[in-house]
Amino acid sequence: MNNSLVTLIGRAMFGPAPLDHTDQAAAIAVACAVVLFAIAVPFASIVTWVERRVWARIQSRVGPNRVGPNGFLQWLADGVKHVCKEDVIPEEADAPLFKLAPYLVVLAFILPWAVMPFSSMLILADLNIGILYMTAITALTVVGVLMAGWSSNNKWSLIGGIRSAAQIISYEIPAGLSIFPAVLMTGTLSMQGLIRAQKWEPYHWFIFANPFCFVAAIILFVSTLAENNRTPFDLPEAESELVAGFATEYSSMRYLFFFMAEWGNMFIAAAILVTLYLGGWQIPRFNWSPALMNLLQFICFLVKVLVLVFVSMWIRGTLPRVRIDQMMSICWKYFVPIGFINMIGTAIWVAFFPHGSRLMEMAMFALALAIVAAFAWRVAYFTRRSRMELYFHPTI
Amino acid sequence: MSTLRTEEMTLNMGPQHPSTHGVLRFVIKADGEVMREAIPDVGYLHRSIEKIAEKVGYHGFMPYTDRVDYVCAMFTNQGWAMACEKLAGIEVPRRGEYCRVIAAEFNRLASHLLTVGLMGMDIGAMTPFLHALREREMINDLIEELCGARLTFNYMRIGGVAWDLPPGWREKALAYLDHLDPILDEFNALFSYNKICIQRLANVAVISAEDAINYNLVGPNLRASGVKWDVRKDIPYSVYPEFDFEIPIGRGEWGTTGDAMDRYMMRIREMVQSSRILRQALTQIPDGPVLAKVVRNFKPPAGECQVRVESARGDQGWYVVSDGSSYPWRVHVRTGSFAAMGIIQKLSRGLMIADLVVLIASLDVIAPEIDR
Repeated sequence: MNNSLVTLIGRAMFGPAPLDHTDQAAAIAVACAVVLFAIAVPFASIVTWVERRVWARIQSRVGPNRVGPNGFLQWLADGVKHVCKEDVIPEEADAPLFKLAPYLVVLAFILPWAVMPFSSMLILADLNIGILYMTAITALTVVGVLMAGWSSNNKWSLIGGIRSAAQIISYEIPAGLSIFPAVLMTGTLSMQGLIRAQKWEPYHWFIFANPFCFVAAIILFVSTLAENNRTPFDLPEAESELVAGFATEYSSMRYLFFFMAEWGNMFIAAAILVTLYLGGWQIPRFNWSPALMNLLQFICFLVKVLVLVFVSMWIRGTLPRVRIDQMMSICWKYFVPIGFINMIGTAIWVAFFPHGSRLMEMAMFALALAIVAAFAWRVAYFTRRSRMELYFHPTI
Repeated sequence: MSTLRTEEMTLNMGPQHPSTHGVLRFVIKADGEVMREAIPDVGYLHRSIEKIAEKVGYHGFMPYTDRVDYVCAMFTNQGWAMACEKLAGIEVPRRGEYCRVIAAEFNRLASHLLTVGLMGMDIGAMTPFLHALREREMINDLIEELCGARLTFNYMRIGGVAWDLPPGWREKALAYLDHLDPILDEFNALFSYNKICIQRLANVAVISAEDAINYNLVGPNLRASGVKWDVRKDIPYSVYPEFDFEIPIGRGEWGTTGDAMDRYMMRIREMVQSSRILRQALTQIPDGPVLAKVVRNFKPPAGECQVRVESARGDQGWYVVSDGSSYPWRVHVRTGSFAAMGIIQKLSRGLMIADLVVLIASLDVIAPEIDR
């Protein structure tokens, strides 16, 4: 981790001399704080506002627009409101577990930021097992959620917690299997290594490397939706069935923690997909200063991630929720076998084309462009068709 | 190998629960996610409306009828007015009958829009609910112009309706219908034919035609099981015989006849038919008075009568006994939701908890109508 953000901050704090251990520890702490408080927490909070605005647009509403310009500061107002509320712990609840659960969930949301490759230098720790660490840590959420469901001593919470455990653990498998194709092609688990193996041109991204990767990327995206309890897999907190699922008994800041983690996990899930299959921070090489290049890489990475986050908001505004047996059959009957096929297929592909096939890359890229174009055309068609009807106000 | 000891879980769904559509309670005996049984417990919203009628008189009871089923109050208005007219033998002017049909069918549209929207919300999609409510708002605006209220209308009177259509209202209403028809298609394209929606609703809680008749289901719930019975056609009242419309029945295109998807689609199809009736009514409406002359101290001759109206939740029966005084001796309302609650216990066996929510939403039960 020597060429990374920590060194940069260490130099800024203590001068160019080599750092001793205390200095390095201080630098690491500062770097962690920067990533956490400059990126992670604001992202998780601001995205609540974005989601509510996007959602409102989909539902032909206005959404929060009173606090700050266009309601931008709504997340601050919500945070203050939640902090000011009473932190109710039910009398019958298992208090220590009940109090602990939100912290575990938040822990699972904070720790992955350590290996988040924002740019070629902006990474806290470029672990050689980066992606493995990421999947392992994000799975910690299930402990917190299950703990919350159990300790609330509420049957609806319990069902929510059990559903969540079943769901997250099941979808870990297709998600894990979908990580393998990219790892097989690069031979590394390091986040930066995975990104460096790709190039900035879209057709050199791993998603277009072969048909198996294409499918794997889609499975990974859907599985992360399920792992983050996002629609159409939001069964653990299905408000129309389980009141609020595992979060039923929570209030105040602890409730906020759960949802901050949920929204933050959207970023993390999207970042995993961007790193593995969508070229990460790769931008064209210029002979500009490293700081500027890093900034551009950071923006590139952020834009890709935000596009995926937007897609997941879009899905949330569009789809109903699946039932638990359907959710399980999607996972075990379709995703897991297809995941294995992807893994084996990619292994064979790598054996035959160790340097990739330019023809296939181009073909897959053209296919993806065609899909996106067809989708855009369809959206444009329906938007044009329904405009007259949507803006019709006979009596207002 | 010893078997693991398991225990049946008793769950209380309601009276405060987001998807019981009001104040309902179900005692669920569940084995994990699968229910052994869900026992409905009604009575949380009982307001003695029938008893109130005996104390406030015939005219005075009209606003209370709004509260019997506040989602489609026009039908309860109409039922009460028709019962009183039948007792006293009052002839309603033709324009008055047309106004009643127009108001009631608009109310049916509003009620069904709410139902299909709530179905969306109950299976986890917020967007259809808000799209449906957006359309319902416009109907509410129209009805507000008509009678000044958006929910509890108190529009009808014994002998007709309180107010004639305001000037320019007909054109607005027709323009709204032109707007609604494509919106229904869009709603279908966006939500009804969604793969997940069909998977959630098809083959869930199937009610056979025999069961539907035996359990006394009425209205869309009955028709979804393939029984063609509609009071508007089979025991015609008001001016419905003058209109050309069809009675859609469930055919089970997506699963089995009488499943939740059929009951859901029934509402969408009835909206199309309501729109058809409204177009005809709005173009054919004759001139003339809207309210017959009725004495203020309304004293129908002693006797009893029973009228039936096809409300948005099905055959609604009004039974009134008069002893010749200015207060009814006994009033009883027979509502569709109460009958629908009876079948839930039978259907719930073996369903999942998520399906119970679908079942309640697809039967379109409204708590105030159950308890009155």
